[in-house]
Amino acid sequence: MKPWYARNAAKAVLLALALGAAPFVLPNEYYINILILGAINALIALGLNLLLGYAGQISLGHAAFFGLSAYATAYATTRLGLPIPVGMGLGVSLSALVAWLIGMPTLRLRGNYLAMATLGFGIIVHIVMNETVEVTGGPSGFVGIPRLALFGYAFDSDRSYYYFTAAVLALAALLSLNLIDSRLGRALRAIHTSERAAQTAGVDIAGYKLFVFVLSAVFAGVAGVLYAHFLSFVAPSSFGFHFSVQLVVMVVLGGMASVWGSMAGAFFLTALPEALRGFEEVDILIYGAILVACVMYMPMGMAGASAGAWRRIGRWRRGSSGQGEGGHAG
Amino acid sequence: MFAAAAQYLVSGLTVGATYGLTGLGFTMIFNTTGIINFAQGEFVMLGGMMSVFFRTWLGIDLFSAILLAVAVTALVGAAMERLTIRPIQGSSPINLVIATIGVSILIRGAAMLLWGKDTFSLPPFGKAAPIAIFGAAVQPQSLWALAITLALLTALKLFFTASIHGKAMLACACNRKAASLMGISVARMSLFSFALSAFTGAVGGAILAPITMTSYDVGMMLGLKGFAACILGGLGNPFGAAVGGLLIGIMESFGAGYVSSAYKDAFAFVVLLLLLFVRPSGLFGKAGVERV
Repeated sequence: MKPWYARNAAKAVLLALALGAAPFVLPNEYYINILILGAINALIALGLNLLLGYAGQISLGHAAFFGLSAYATAYATTRLGLPIPVGMGLGVSLSALVAWLIGMPTLRLRGNYLAMATLGFGIIVHIVMNETVEVTGGPSGFVGIPRLALFGYAFDSDRSYYYFTAAVLALAALLSLNLIDSRLGRALRAIHTSERAAQTAGVDIAGYKLFVFVLSAVFAGVAGVLYAHFLSFVAPSSFGFHFSVQLVVMVVLGGMASVWGSMAGAFFLTALPEALRGFEEVDILIYGAILVACVMYMPMGMAGASAGAWRRIGRWRRGSSGQGEGGHAG
Repeated sequence: MFAAAAQYLVSGLTVGATYGLTGLGFTMIFNTTGIINFAQGEFVMLGGMMSVFFRTWLGIDLFSAILLAVAVTALVGAAMERLTIRPIQGSSPINLVIATIGVSILIRGAAMLLWGKDTFSLPPFGKAAPIAIFGAAVQPQSLWALAITLALLTALKLFFTASIHGKAMLACACNRKAASLMGISVARMSLFSFALSAFTGAVGGAILAPITMTSYDVGMMLGLKGFAACILGGLGNPFGAAVGGLLIGIMESFGAGYVSSAYKDAFAFVVLLLLLFVRPSGLFGKAGVERV
């Protein structure tokens, strides 16, 4: 068996190749737009998966971290006239800082109380975005954010921007995979299984929880700056409770504690409303029905379902004597 | 000054009554099934919207319309349990919660298709002249809302303490396995709790509709406030949820009156967050034994 870091690097390269090939399969501008938004959402879902899937801590306020960094870079690059990389750095730092401040008191809470606290935090941030009109532009949004340009290269075409976000996503996936295989990943899973047992084994629970919370906010922050410099327009409606819930659904629908699953869930849920556009008014009904059907028929998410299908195929190929080998969801 | 405070108190209590009923609905489902039902707010919306619908489209009188609306919403709740929750009752809690989110999207979407995106209002239940109490002009509808809430709370209290079904539901809340060993059908209690909390939510929606307008999308915010009410009161304690709802209504109303109406929705959440940091199990919840 190769060491885990080599295996993870290989997985990340495969992901990068798959993401890189996507524009050739879906060549038109509209699809590339959706791919970019899918990659941005996948980035947040990856971070949220570390928190929710691995450490077992829910956040119903992750849209806030996404939005805070988007607004921070928007404000810094337009009103303060700072260079884009500085704005992006500020945006991500703001998300991390706020996560650290809010995480310290909040992560002591459990289960539904934690859900409530993060939900409340998200709503407060959303209201502030709506009401501080002189800073954020209020409900009508913040316009005129510059398109991304780094080291003298301007990402003007959607295709070039897609490759940039895809590269960031592949790096984030690599980071996640390595993290999960590391000491930290084991600590997170221990916390998920039993906090008391983890504590007895010497795991610094509060420290690890706070770390993974801030890390997931950093993922959301990176996604936020990518979002702002892609659309060049941000509005509070993108960062509300709806989106926070949608992020949790991405992780759960994709498959809890699966890096691939959370990304698949994100791309699926980003593309689904677009695919349902043709149904005009009933699209929202179909969307809701698909959501319910997915949790009913794929309780372990897409990752679990595909692992199950894989196992069944294997068993079928080996004949009925096959001793169902455990599927592997990384 | 005093008159204004009295005014804020009354309007806060009125809105808070609906939050309390919503929270009560959350608690009943949580107690028997362990699920946070994110479609609870949609039940409240259905209560208000269907009252409007039955009154104007069927041309029946207000009280029959409300009774019908509440009954239909209770059926919707029961159908939801039967079709989406029962088949996956063994799933992990987060899956069940996401199923309820899916159902809430479905209900909201159906309401939008049926009734459009307009806002509607329901006429007040009694005569419209405001009554002056301590210098505050009290709309009779506020008194109706409070009286109905109080009556419903009393009825539920009686139901839980004096009837065999109520006691069976409480038993499920204490320990589902022990309850089923005692011959209580946990599945039926789960169905019952969905119908009952849909009923409670719909009543909340119907009493609120004449005060604030109603539309297909009011459910989400009401649901969140209801959830906040049960957390404030301590999750699992039905009457804590009712008190929590009233408190949230009052906080909102005073915050909007004295500080800023733009941040009306934020006050309750700020106070709730601060409270949770100090008392991680809510006002009337049992103090957490485990702390990290």
